[in-house]
Amino acid sequence: MLTISQIYLDQMIAHAIREYPLEACGLISGENDTVKGFYRTRNDAASARIYTVNPLDYLKADRDAEANSVSIIGVMHSHTHSEAYPSPTDVAQAPDPSWHYILVSLKHKDPILRSFTIVDGNIVEESVVRLNC
Amino acid sequence: MAIEVRLPTVLRAAASGQANVTVEGETIGEILKALADSYPGLGSQVLSSDGSLHRFVNVYLNDDDVRYLDKLDTKVIEGDVVSILPAVAGGSF
Repeated sequence: MLTISQIYLDQMIAHAIREYPLEACGLISGENDTVKGFYRTRNDAASARIYTVNPLDYLKADRDAEANSVSIIGVMHSHTHSEAYPSPTDVAQAPDPSWHYILVSLKHKDPILRSFTIVDGNIVEESVVRLNC
Repeated sequence: MAIEVRLPTVLRAAASGQANVTVEGETIGEILKALADSYPGLGSQVLSSDGSLHRFVNVYLNDDDVRYLDKLDTKVIEGDVVSILPAVAGGSF
């Protein structure tokens, strides 16, 4: 389960739309499965099909999270023309089994956001609890 | 000299759960070697079998990627902070 403020969900979807037709990516910080921050990051791949989080953006996000006594707990990225479900590339390159993997799909008229865990290649969808603050 | 190394969450289990460790070294290569000696589980995740930097790991000396400095030969000075970060990537295919 991932608990997240509607503000961060709105920021993620806005980021995905702004970067379209390229894939957008970002990092989330938090603790105990509750999101405390969202960091937009540059997609070094600058591609509509793949993403690579800019390492310096990651470093800055990591430092800011630590300054706020939380950690980076996951990554968000967009799929511009496919469903909000981890691709084989996402699974193969998932860096951390403790992370949350948020997907925003722009395939349909309205953006769709879902969250997953990826442990040893196994994809498990988790519920997203939205806080109205 | 003693240098602080910051570890990502995915590597902390191999370092007794620590987010920051301090190791001795004069270069990035020496520091990573010392890290691997102190925490054997970290070694294979940071360095390839040929001793080069693993391609799925980024190492920063303060704000600079060591791949754009002198790689493993990059010298460190007192007060430097080394950060190890996993490459975060994926895509829709």
